[in-house]
Amino acid sequence: MSVILVFLLVIAGIAGWWLSHQRLMTKPWLEQGMIGDFVALDRSALPTAKIGLGVFLAVVGCLFALFTSAYFMRMALSDWRPLPIPSLLWLNTGVLVLSSIAIQCASLAARKGQVDMVRLGLATAGLTALVFLIGQLVAWRELSADGYFLASNPANSFFYLLTGMHGLHILGGLVGLGRTSVGAWNGAQPQRLRLSVELCAMYWHFLLFVWLAIFALLAGWASTLIDICRGLLT
Amino acid sequence: MVDITPADAVPPAEVAEMELYHPHSWWTKYVFSQDAKVIAIQYSATATAIGMVALVLSWLMRLQLGFPGTFDFITPEAYYQFITMHGMIMVIYLLTALFLGGFGNYLIPLMVGARDMVFPYVNMLSYWIYLLAVLVLVSSFFAPGGPTGAGWTLYPPQAIMTGTPGGQDWGIILMLVSLILFIVGFTMGGLNYVVTVLQGRTRGMTLMRLPLTVWGIFTATVMALLAFPALFVACVMMLLDRALGTSFFMPAIVEMGEQLQHGGGSPILFQHLFWFFGHPEVYIVALPAFGIVSDLISTHARKNIFGYRMMVWAIVGIGALSFVVWAHHMYVSGMHPYFGFFFATTTLIIAVPTAIKVYNWVLTLWRGDIHLTIPMLFALAFIVTFVNGGLTGLFLGNVVVDVPLSDTMFVVAHFHMVMGVAPIIVIFGAIYHWYPKVTGRMLNETLGRFHFWVTFLGAYLIFFPMHYLGLMGVPRRYNELTDMTVMTESAHHLNSFISIMAFIVGFAQIVFLFNLIWSIRHGREAGGNPWRATTLEWQTPETPPAHGNFGKDLPIVYRWAYDYSVPGAKEDFIPQNIPGSFAPSREPA
Repeated sequence: MSVILVFLLVIAGIAGWWLSHQRLMTKPWLEQGMIGDFVALDRSALPTAKIGLGVFLAVVGCLFALFTSAYFMRMALSDWRPLPIPSLLWLNTGVLVLSSIAIQCASLAARKGQVDMVRLGLATAGLTALVFLIGQLVAWRELSADGYFLASNPANSFFYLLTGMHGLHILGGLVGLGRTSVGAWNGAQPQRLRLSVELCAMYWHFLLFVWLAIFALLAGWASTLIDICRGLLT
Repeated sequence: MVDITPADAVPPAEVAEMELYHPHSWWTKYVFSQDAKVIAIQYSATATAIGMVALVLSWLMRLQLGFPGTFDFITPEAYYQFITMHGMIMVIYLLTALFLGGFGNYLIPLMVGARDMVFPYVNMLSYWIYLLAVLVLVSSFFAPGGPTGAGWTLYPPQAIMTGTPGGQDWGIILMLVSLILFIVGFTMGGLNYVVTVLQGRTRGMTLMRLPLTVWGIFTATVMALLAFPALFVACVMMLLDRALGTSFFMPAIVEMGEQLQHGGGSPILFQHLFWFFGHPEVYIVALPAFGIVSDLISTHARKNIFGYRMMVWAIVGIGALSFVVWAHHMYVSGMHPYFGFFFATTTLIIAVPTAIKVYNWVLTLWRGDIHLTIPMLFALAFIVTFVNGGLTGLFLGNVVVDVPLSDTMFVVAHFHMVMGVAPIIVIFGAIYHWYPKVTGRMLNETLGRFHFWVTFLGAYLIFFPMHYLGLMGVPRRYNELTDMTVMTESAHHLNSFISIMAFIVGFAQIVFLFNLIWSIRHGREAGGNPWRATTLEWQTPETPPAHGNFGKDLPIVYRWAYDYSVPGAKEDFIPQNIPGSFAPSREPA
């Protein structure tokens, strides 16, 4: 469970940093506003939707951290036999990076108000993400053709589970991207379009990060890294 | 001389108000509503309905335990199914849904001075997915083989094996699907509660001016958002084990002479995931109760809450600590003794912020102008019950005491006191307190007092004797205790007594439901602020609050939520949206 605890420590750090800016040391019973005082809003200047997405990504991150924790706990048992990583995953990773770059371009273009570039970026990001999903399915087929089935070994089960969960999240992201694209083509308000593209970009980069982490985990580098960390600690 | 400008000369809000969705038909107004207040009532009604099912299940269990051998239809399988569904429904579908979905939806926007939740559409989806989860759960009663009988902890491998009711039928699948749906629905709602507290607060409502109810619900929601994924992961993996034959949790196992196809899974892994959710869940239920009870005590004792800052810090501290104690549910799983030592220590540390809260409640009552209204009675009953349940928690938190008491009725008594009776009592108090705001009418006083005394004394008479049964060694989860050596004559009598009390307390809840329905039309008119309370929900122009909550202008907050009995003030309460005047109205330093 160390991975999830580290993840929660990070969340607690962010929450603690935020709380430390909320004047928790004030004595509210002594501070009362007077007639005619200017009363300010006490909230973040960030758009509410971005904060909402941020909280949601924390939940998703928690989910994947827990899967990772479970993976490490199972891996620690002596009968762990990892499966070979199909080389196709490298290609898929490249495609997903492209997708993130495309949506970042769309986001930059939205900031400058270039609607054509936004459309191009969104379309590229959507297509590359679809290619990524198809690539993942092909990788699954390759593995099962080689006899690495879902139920034949815990390492296999984890491989399909982690990639499947990540794929489902990409699929959900595509729904959001689809809605944004409809707005981009039907002439949504520039302000609204910009926010919506930026939200998509946040989600995309996050899922790319999650994928890189999962890839490192499945390929076995993550455990090497942790071994090194453990070596440093002891 | 200071220039005094009238309050309405304050410059308008520099941030545009949220666009409120306005319903156009009866359907979008009352059924597929995006108004948090309607969603709150939908959540509460659904939770109460499914809670009644759980109540009946507890009656059936008590029939068997109190009068063994009398009721043929309660087979061992049926008994396990009753236990499982009773526990799961009460913890998740009733308590979590009612506190966060019900009270959270109703109170957060009103108390922080918002027109609605920040994402009303997602909020509506949250309820409908919750309803779907409940329906899937109920459908398992009618599935072939009945609901799962794995115990509410659903421990593998037994949960998905042949001997367990529903293990190889539909029961466990429907249970897991229902939980997954619940978590998806809750996440949607939870995002709303958190972000509304962060971004929806009206002008002047700083974090340190929030009523403790909002602090409790807010912190509990943050915890739930981080803890429920653990249950989600556990459910998904177990569903794969059961449906697709993977072996996440299933070790190599021989069942009735046959080697199963599973192999290599770790049942302990499930326990870790389950309790990583399961322990924070206790506080997800308790923190809203802490918050609500603080407000009830302060309002009905006409005194400011003692140690407001300490209360806030304690809530946050309990929330954080509750993530590092989960393995105290697993002392008997064969863990390393050092782990046991670590988790016992963290468990006992939680007693510190919790004790601070109890002291502060008692010190708020000290020399207060205590009105023994029904909400106040329930709040006092909560303190007693919670302290009682918390103290047995100190017993069970220690490894050496827990090991012999593990799986006895002592544990049943402990967790029913601390997370069953105590939060439910707060829910009752809260309903008596806020019902006038929701409906515009008071609940019937006589029926209410009857309900309180029967529930409080009755619940004590049910669960207090169980401690003794547990100390005698009477195990939990057994449907047939007749021949055991620990079951002396007196233990049997005690069991029958507990069962009879359970029926009486259950009956009182039916009186309460009758009161809820009857008072909608026949209750005494309440007016806008019957308890003379300070928080914003009592300052709405209409009662019940209309769509958009606050009429034309949102209130502006000038003070904290606990200005009761301020010396020199005209009345014994000053609402949060009343600005201070320059006359010295504060207590001299």
